[in-house]
Amino acid sequence: MSEGTVKKFMFVNRKAPYGTIYALESLEVVLITAAFDQDVSLVFMDDGVFQLKKGQQTKGIENKNFSPTYRALDGYDIEKLYVEEEALAARGLTEDDLLVDVTVMSRAELGKLMDEMDVVLSF
Amino acid sequence: MLHIVNKSSPDRNTLDSCLRVANGGTILLIEDAVYAATRGNEEEGKLRDALSRFKVYVLAPDLEARGMADRIMEGVTTVDYGGFVDLVTEHKNCQSWL
Repeated sequence: MSEGTVKKFMFVNRKAPYGTIYALESLEVVLITAAFDQDVSLVFMDDGVFQLKKGQQTKGIENKNFSPTYRALDGYDIEKLYVEEEALAARGLTEDDLLVDVTVMSRAELGKLMDEMDVVLSF
Repeated sequence: MLHIVNKSSPDRNTLDSCLRVANGGTILLIEDAVYAATRGNEEEGKLRDALSRFKVYVLAPDLEARGMADRIMEGVTTVDYGGFVDLVTEHKNCQSWL
């Protein structure tokens, strides 16, 4: 893999967890991409910010609680997590409500970052 | 009538449609719709206004799964799955706003 090309991948997460399969599927593809030593950025915008909410307890809905996985991303050298500032505010959330360290960015800044990517995948 | 809403309000317009069309009765928020019943979200006023026309319930396991159980809006009642079944049987008919 050392000879391979490294591309800049961005995963755009816009859905709340559990109600649809998107959040979990995104996480699966993120881990696969990291295994190929690519430059991975994760963006959480709109309802996607809910994926990082602390205190998720899924026993009642009998679903796997995949939220601890976001804390493990660090171990796969995925450290670029960006959260939309406006989306947090609109949902009454602050950075303290999130279960992992992130960089909070405005929509405008996220747009610029998106322009710099080679591949953008939307979930 | 029992109105069941399961989509996130900022993401989809199902709760808006429900509130616009329904004259009154009961609303049960499940799955991603539970976020609408939480304090601090910018559309909080919409559901708060509806409380004068509707009895509003929210499914507790869905709130807990999303880490939002500690910020439920005042005036909204939580139910478990048994309570969900009771609501369905207590009402003459129901409409799922998919």
